[in-house]
Amino acid sequence: MNRTVLGSWEIALIAMLIGVMALMTWFTPYFLDIYNLIDSTLNYSEKALIALPMALLIIAREIDVSVASIVALAAVLMGLAADSGAPTAVIVIIGLATGLIAGTFNGLIVNYLGVHSIVVTIGTLSLYRGIAVSIVGDEAFTAFPPSFSWFGQHFLFDILPVEFVFFVIAALVFGFVLHFTIYGRRIYAIGTNPEASRYAGIDVARYRVIIFAVTGLMCGLAAILLSSRLGSVRLNIATGWELQVITMVVLGGVSIAGGSGSILGVTLAVFVIGLLTFGLSLINVPGIVMNIYIGLMLILAIALPRAVAAARSFLMLK
Amino acid sequence: MLKQRETILAGVIAVMIALVAWRAPGYLAATNVVNLLSNWGFLIILVVGQFAVLLTRGIDLSQASVLAFCGMFLAILSQHLPNLPAIAYVIAALAMGAMFGILNAALIVFASIPPIIATLGMMTIIRGLIFVLSDGAWISSHEMAPGFKAFPAGVFLSIPNVFWVAAITTLVFWALFTLRRVGRDIYAFGGNPTAARNAGISRTRLEFIVYALSGACAGLCGYLWAGRFAIAYTQSAEGREFAIIAACVIGGASITGGRGTVIGVVLGALFIALIETALPFLRINPFLQLAATGAVILIAVAVNARSERTPGRQILARKETPK
Repeated sequence: MNRTVLGSWEIALIAMLIGVMALMTWFTPYFLDIYNLIDSTLNYSEKALIALPMALLIIAREIDVSVASIVALAAVLMGLAADSGAPTAVIVIIGLATGLIAGTFNGLIVNYLGVHSIVVTIGTLSLYRGIAVSIVGDEAFTAFPPSFSWFGQHFLFDILPVEFVFFVIAALVFGFVLHFTIYGRRIYAIGTNPEASRYAGIDVARYRVIIFAVTGLMCGLAAILLSSRLGSVRLNIATGWELQVITMVVLGGVSIAGGSGSILGVTLAVFVIGLLTFGLSLINVPGIVMNIYIGLMLILAIALPRAVAAARSFLMLK
Repeated sequence: MLKQRETILAGVIAVMIALVAWRAPGYLAATNVVNLLSNWGFLIILVVGQFAVLLTRGIDLSQASVLAFCGMFLAILSQHLPNLPAIAYVIAALAMGAMFGILNAALIVFASIPPIIATLGMMTIIRGLIFVLSDGAWISSHEMAPGFKAFPAGVFLSIPNVFWVAAITTLVFWALFTLRRVGRDIYAFGGNPTAARNAGISRTRLEFIVYALSGACAGLCGYLWAGRFAIAYTQSAEGREFAIIAACVIGGASITGGRGTVIGVVLGALFIALIETALPFLRINPFLQLAATGAVILIAVAVNARSERTPGRQILARKETPK
């Protein structure tokens, strides 16, 4: 699957993207406005940054449901540092370091225990969020220095949001590593057959820790962008993100059974979901009702190709 | 009767109760025990359903949203038909929950969507549907018919009705998995799907059964939840799915299927309910409780995993079959 740069799934996603854009343009004249569209990237760039490493994890047959909690923990620690007067550089380092440590911890525990990563990260989901909540309590951290707002509120050349630039660069880096380096091939190999990969001399355990660590790091980055954009950190920051991120990855054609998927697919899925959400919000659909459409799209997107294939083979048999 | 794992877990729980009672004597006061029993009861009803699904190597992430939907639907129903008896609500809750479960199973079986994705999608959709159904409004105590709240909030022989229902549910599931052929088939299927198929066990049938059971449990819990807490809103029980799965894993069920017992997961549910109700009594900062719960879950999972390791695992590791 996905041997070519443009697999059939990516083409289906492009069709979906065009469909969403056509539909939304038909619904409201405000959709196809370049400033609106660029502005809307702010609503999904942070989640998209986490979707990239999540794709690597799922390709390697792992999963991390603690990502939103890592974002919360990193954001809270950054807020705490800002409260005690730390400069922007220190705040950023704290954010990235928190993510990196939390992610590495996930990876080490998964390796050490040898249990499925969903079980481990359910535990760390409560743990990280819990630590964050116990630090911030029912207060809010808002004392970020003015220069910190560059990450989430600045526009390069007065038009490109910094957040979006971060996402584009990250997507290119992840796409390059996954599709054009030996490390990427090994991640596919691990996902296809972990046992065989180990016999083939791949240090599966080490790869696992590294991918979890990278996931944590990207969560740290997302936390920087998010807290910079919002300017305040509260205990419920980024709640529910884990499932939205996984939805992006799966809609992007990454198989939950491991071993297949592409960064291009995930990137396209990010835009499909992002634009759909943006369009629906333009026509005043409440956020929670949007979930119905996103859930339906997730299920249909996976069910339809299989149904078509089944129908085709059924007709061929006749 | 009790396997070693359950005995150890029961021992740990007994020690925990003793420690909590020593540090905070008020914990074993009658009112609090009633509270613990009803929390345990809610968790049991959800956990045994989830356990059936886990046995088949599946997972049901939609339980909490089904719970919230059924609670909301029945609460609205009680406004229109205030004179319904409790049994009518119970039957309606079971049927509606089972219907959602059957929908999950249809997606998994006919569209071959992996369970985690199908139930995740359903979870999102159902949460949205609750909002549509209720218009985003809360239904609180005074808007519900008295007959709606009486049974879930009631007490029989000084034990909350919720716990009685949970006890019956446990018995039913225990009988299903121990005495009935279909229960043994579910274990066989989870242990080795290929061998089970060769032995003539129908995957389709089993998956419909387990997801319908899990949904029915969630629906039943939805009625009891809305009635006992006298509130129904869009976010009811949100995030509960993680506690449910943690209880199953602590109780000895495995994400990779085929393992665990009903007694084990019921004890796992007690473990979680105990932590959740004891931490406030130990005067642990309420904001720290979530972290403490997470840490305890991790430790419990770690202890389980270490005890389950068999020597020579690298060579004799069970072959993973693609889902």
